Amino acid sequence: MKAAVIVFPASNCDRDVAMALERATGKAPLMAWHGEANLPDQLDLIVLPGGFSYGDYLRCGAMAAHSPIMREVIARAKKGTPVLGICNGFQILCETGLLPGVLMRNASLKFVSRSVAMTVEAANTMFTARYTPGQTIRIPVAHGDGNYFADKATLDRLEGEGQVAFRYAQGDNPNGAARNIAGIFNERRTIMGMMPHPERVSEPLHGGTDGKAIFDSLVGALS
Amino acid sequence: MKARVTVMLKSGVLDPQGKAIGQALNRLGFHGVGDVRQGKVIEVELDETDTSRAHAKLSEMCEKLLANTVIENYAIEFK
Repeated sequence: MKAAVIVFPASNCDRDVAMALERATGKAPLMAWHGEANLPDQLDLIVLPGGFSYGDYLRCGAMAAHSPIMREVIARAKKGTPVLGICNGFQILCETGLLPGVLMRNASLKFVSRSVAMTVEAANTMFTARYTPGQTIRIPVAHGDGNYFADKATLDRLEGEGQVAFRYAQGDNPNGAARNIAGIFNERRTIMGMMPHPERVSEPLHGGTDGKAIFDSLVGALS
Repeated sequence: MKARVTVMLKSGVLDPQGKAIGQALNRLGFHGVGDVRQGKVIEVELDETDTSRAHAKLSEMCEKLLANTVIENYAIEFK
């Protein structure tokens, strides 16, 4: 599986996710700078990492969504190349319109950095195949803007079409997200955005390995 | 030509910052303060003399970047 990690100014989880990908695939992913206009032809996965791209100016992800590399990412995503967006990456995917909805300021107004419990809502996708449906996993969040919001019709459609990937466990919603949504897919389930950081619990030394299955699922599906 | 774009959260969208400001005003003794909403003001200088063309250009800017129309409304005025 050949993966690329997009690096924006003020991305700060790019190396963490690169390490998780390297452990899963056996080779280091390509690190692509935001100012580049092209990605290599043969690419199986694009990852938008966590961080505070462009200092969160205007809105989280708003500037990154219009950076040169994103034109190429959007074109690839539309052709079906899988894209994983984590935290700031999820915010960027929403700002580009590749995923519906938006991540608003946390309802508490506080930055939340802690482990949360969530359930796997869909395990029949390339991102989640190594989980079991309904499984409860613990993955840390670290964000100030993770309050997922979309209009009622969009939320109903996401739920009806099986596009909800993860839901915060009842009583453990860290940000006020609508219907406890922690992660979603696009309609074809080739794009996944999630607020929690699976790369931060991808090997035993991290204190947990609940995020590892995402990288293993992708390797299983795309190698 | 100078324009002022005001971006506000749509009514019905939770605005925790506005709510916190309202509570602070009440604590300061400003009673009778109702709903408080916080938004953004963006001033844009345009090399344009025709107001309707400028308005069209600014609307496009709002749709593409300045506002996220899933949750925000925008208003354009000229100074």
